[in-house]
Amino acid sequence: MGLLPKKDAKLITDPLLDNNPITIQVLGICSALAITAELKASIVMAVAVMAVLAIGNVVISLLRNVIPSKIRIIVQLVVVAALVIVVDLILKAFAYELSKTLSVFVGLIITNCIIMGRFEAFALANTPWRSFLDGIGNAAGYGLILIIVGFFRELLGSGTLFGIPVLGDPIEKTGVYAFGYENNGFMLLAPMALITLGIIIWVQRSRNESLIED
Amino acid sequence: MEHLELFFKSIFIDNMVFATFLGMCSYLAVSKKVSTAIGLGAAVIFVMAITVPLNWLLDTYLLQDGALAWLGEEYAQYDLSFLSFIMFIATIATMVQLVEIVVEKFSPSLYNSLGIFLPLIAVNCAILGGSLFMQSREIPTLGLALNYGISSGIGWFLAILAIAAIREKIRYSNVPAPLRGLGITFIITGLMAIGFMSFGGMLTGGDEEKKEDKTAVVKTEAQVQELANNSKVIK
Repeated sequence: MGLLPKKDAKLITDPLLDNNPITIQVLGICSALAITAELKASIVMAVAVMAVLAIGNVVISLLRNVIPSKIRIIVQLVVVAALVIVVDLILKAFAYELSKTLSVFVGLIITNCIIMGRFEAFALANTPWRSFLDGIGNAAGYGLILIIVGFFRELLGSGTLFGIPVLGDPIEKTGVYAFGYENNGFMLLAPMALITLGIIIWVQRSRNESLIED
Repeated sequence: MEHLELFFKSIFIDNMVFATFLGMCSYLAVSKKVSTAIGLGAAVIFVMAITVPLNWLLDTYLLQDGALAWLGEEYAQYDLSFLSFIMFIATIATMVQLVEIVVEKFSPSLYNSLGIFLPLIAVNCAILGGSLFMQSREIPTLGLALNYGISSGIGWFLAILAIAAIREKIRYSNVPAPLRGLGITFIITGLMAIGFMSFGGMLTGGDEEKKEDKTAVVKTEAQVQELANNSKVIK
């Protein structure tokens, strides 16, 4: 982060760990968990959220002195919805299969609490450049968790990463399967995403005791 | 029969929280006390019962491919479905505002119990998710859309009520310090979701073949509908 002044660099590095949007601020869990059975889908989702959040933060920050505070929620929703439509159409054009897998969850980026949360808490009170950095940082923190969950679920659930087998062939019993290892199909089911996330929180809070609740 | 099936399916099998993780943010934030959980849950049922049928009408008569055919032949070629996100969310936001105003005017006591939760609901993923699933699952009639809205809302209500009750009790348990609060809530939700998966065999009696048959029938029904629409368009 030598490129940025220290104060601005903090905007990006803080949400990665100690102020992570998912594990600490409890934002954006809604659309995060259902699509993490594959690493590829997790990464695409993370990139989509990053684009929407960074651009949306800039737009809201530019408009911050014009928006009447009474109707700001609706204005924010319209800005996000417009950006999400663009993202959805791009996905449909260039990665049709993947957009089928993500199905309604692309649309649900609109109500991803992370986005409204950052608009309310940051973009409405800061300059466009700082809002842009804040958007990138928070989306990166969100993406990091998505990618960790996706990595473990795909590795333990189907023995692949990005669809490429890394643990050997389960049918011909090569690699680790030769020693009697079996894929844990349970990891692919929805509930395991929650439990994986619970364990990530456990590890994170054990390392940094100041984050412990109560 | 169709109605009953959809009703139980959306409450237990496709439960908003446990099967699709929708509305998790408010589910985690407002589940510390049973009484507030009931308030928010009731508000969600209420709003979903209004917005899902409304969005069904929008989708059928405005947004779908060929939906504008009722305006005249030359409009039949338009496909506005790319606008559905913005239309749905605008409908939801305005309906929530409207409901808030109407409830405040006519039933102050209901407003006092629901009121503070209504603004929260505009950005609850479960509400938008309900409308988007209604669209992607191609629910055929307005009645079924209303049914879907109410029953998904009830499913969400059940989930938040259950977790709030558990969280009230777990305060007295000796949970490892780093897991306290959020961590243990996630793990409990995961375990509850595993429990809810056992409802999966309820409608089919655990018979996978039967289930496939059923989806095939639904598909052909959807195709018939599409054919009917197309023929309308041609006319």
